[in-house]
Amino acid sequence: MSFVYEKLFGDKKGMVGFCILAALILVVFPLFLDSFRLNLVGKYLTYAFAAVSLVLLWGYGGTLSLGQGIFFGIGGYAMAMFLKLEASSPENTAIQSTPGIPDFMDWNQLTELPMFWMPFNSFTFTIIAVLVVPTIFAYIIGAAMFKRRVGGVYFAIITQVISVILTVLIVGQQGLTGGINGITDLRTLNGWDITSDSAKNLFYFINCFLLLGVIIASRFILTSKFGRLLLAMRDKEDRVRFSGYDVANFKIFIFCFAAMISAIGGAMFTLQVGFMSPSFVGIVPSIEMVIFAAIGGRMSLIGAVYGTLLINFGKTAFSESFPELWLFLMGGLFIAVVMFFPNGLAGLWEDYGHHITKRFAFLKRFFAKGKIESTSVDGKLEGAN
Amino acid sequence: MNMSTNTDFTLAIEDLTVSFDGFKAVDSLSFYLDKNELHVVIGPNGAGKTTVLDLICGKTKSTSGSIKFLNKELTNLSEHEIVRAGVGRKFQTPSIYENLSVMENLEISYPRGRGVFGSLMFKHDDEVHSKIMEVASQIMLVDFLDTEAGLLSHGQKQWLEIGMLLIQDPQLLMLDEPVAGMSVKEREQTAELLNKISQGRSVLVIEHDMEFVARIAHKVTVLHQGKILAAGEMEEVQKDPKVIEVYLGH
Repeated sequence: MSFVYEKLFGDKKGMVGFCILAALILVVFPLFLDSFRLNLVGKYLTYAFAAVSLVLLWGYGGTLSLGQGIFFGIGGYAMAMFLKLEASSPENTAIQSTPGIPDFMDWNQLTELPMFWMPFNSFTFTIIAVLVVPTIFAYIIGAAMFKRRVGGVYFAIITQVISVILTVLIVGQQGLTGGINGITDLRTLNGWDITSDSAKNLFYFINCFLLLGVIIASRFILTSKFGRLLLAMRDKEDRVRFSGYDVANFKIFIFCFAAMISAIGGAMFTLQVGFMSPSFVGIVPSIEMVIFAAIGGRMSLIGAVYGTLLINFGKTAFSESFPELWLFLMGGLFIAVVMFFPNGLAGLWEDYGHHITKRFAFLKRFFAKGKIESTSVDGKLEGAN
Repeated sequence: MNMSTNTDFTLAIEDLTVSFDGFKAVDSLSFYLDKNELHVVIGPNGAGKTTVLDLICGKTKSTSGSIKFLNKELTNLSEHEIVRAGVGRKFQTPSIYENLSVMENLEISYPRGRGVFGSLMFKHDDEVHSKIMEVASQIMLVDFLDTEAGLLSHGQKQWLEIGMLLIQDPQLLMLDEPVAGMSVKEREQTAELLNKISQGRSVLVIEHDMEFVARIAHKVTVLHQGKILAAGEMEEVQKDPKVIEVYLGH
């Protein structure tokens, strides 16, 4: 039992951190936020999938991808295609010159549904596509690069270029993809209205559980020998290779896993927000995801979630009042974190968190006045830090 | 390319050449290593010593020639395949995982769970643990198993890397300057260690410290400009006028 426990949550500290996060997103937010704000947090949490994927890939694997938007986008588009097809039933689209196809296809003089859209009539296929297509795509990119030992800056640049190519492709092929506007006006999922508040709330909770599940799965990877190999490869790749490991395979695997996680986030984004567009595929979102992970702490799965929430709260708050300043502020924050707090929020917590827990120890002692355990509680906490 | 015949040698290098932009770092080198033999390669800087190790372990690809390890051609295998065939190599500067504990360093080097899924399911069981303890006591690091490897002394780092190879039980162990930066006492302990571990396997060492070489070597080969200048017992080699001229003389 303790073995399983350690595998999934790391040490005791990891377990506590995990529970606090779970309580925050599952209990505190739903209790204190109105439907609109909760939906907004739900949207942020879908980005957190990508941030968590970057903790694995960049923080532990040492491979910076500036193209997680690619996979976020593929997942989101796959889900959007299914929902769009359902919204484009012949009855709903009777006024089009070709009823039964998505509206943007009709506007672009398409007269029948393109082949690659057909399978997205099936929800099962769509779910599989959300998980499998990005993984295969990542495998192709990963195999092409890592087997040739391309890494570091070159890998970052190439992933960024691919995200640009994908954006250009989506924007350019308006009739097939909805172009710059993306895929909008999504209404129902198997007949169930997804635009209602109750649906959004449900998606929020599904989103939370998936995110927590992804964190547990990631923790399983990091606490296995695979996780230690990732660290080892980051620091001494040659030593790992000359210890009998095929380094490329490990990098490909973690890149594929990161892609799959990001795609789940993308699919949840589509459900939560109700549309998908190329502005979530390209350079800007991809770099934002890196910033989320960096600010939260690139070595902390849970930190990445807080980083995502913090930056997005900030973005919403600031861009409501000073829209021009936000980008500068975010850029400045990123530079500051990289220069002064390379381990982000999680690192700050590691370094200064015990000051806060000490305060609580003081409170505990205050309430437990006269009891003998009081000193031992304090001692334990200090020892733990 | 594989015209060489089978031999009884652990390692048989024949007519090995590698050229970098026309410069022949190793020039039609032939070299044989027996089982249980501890062979030291010496030579001035730029003689091609490290390049020979690079060629054997696959880090550098040869231009021509053959490297046979237990009658298996290595020149067309990739690095991890060569390791899995039974060749271990220590680098010149200690190449260990500084952020991991000594225990974890050894565990990662343990030859099981080397695939992606194998490593996900790898369990640190009794078999692994007893092997780690065995190696740790050989390399004198039993008391440091939980220490972060980066905090070890320079000499201990060198031993740890040797231990990381030993845990894989290689038939051929290649060590690039194993006592560089070690104290006198550590050198003595390392010499003992090398004598012990050369039982049942072949060891190929590159070293500069002549006193140390004299202590450990069964045979010595002197490399000069990518070619063998002299080979044999340490005493013979030391008396060789060619060797004195290029290397030992100054």
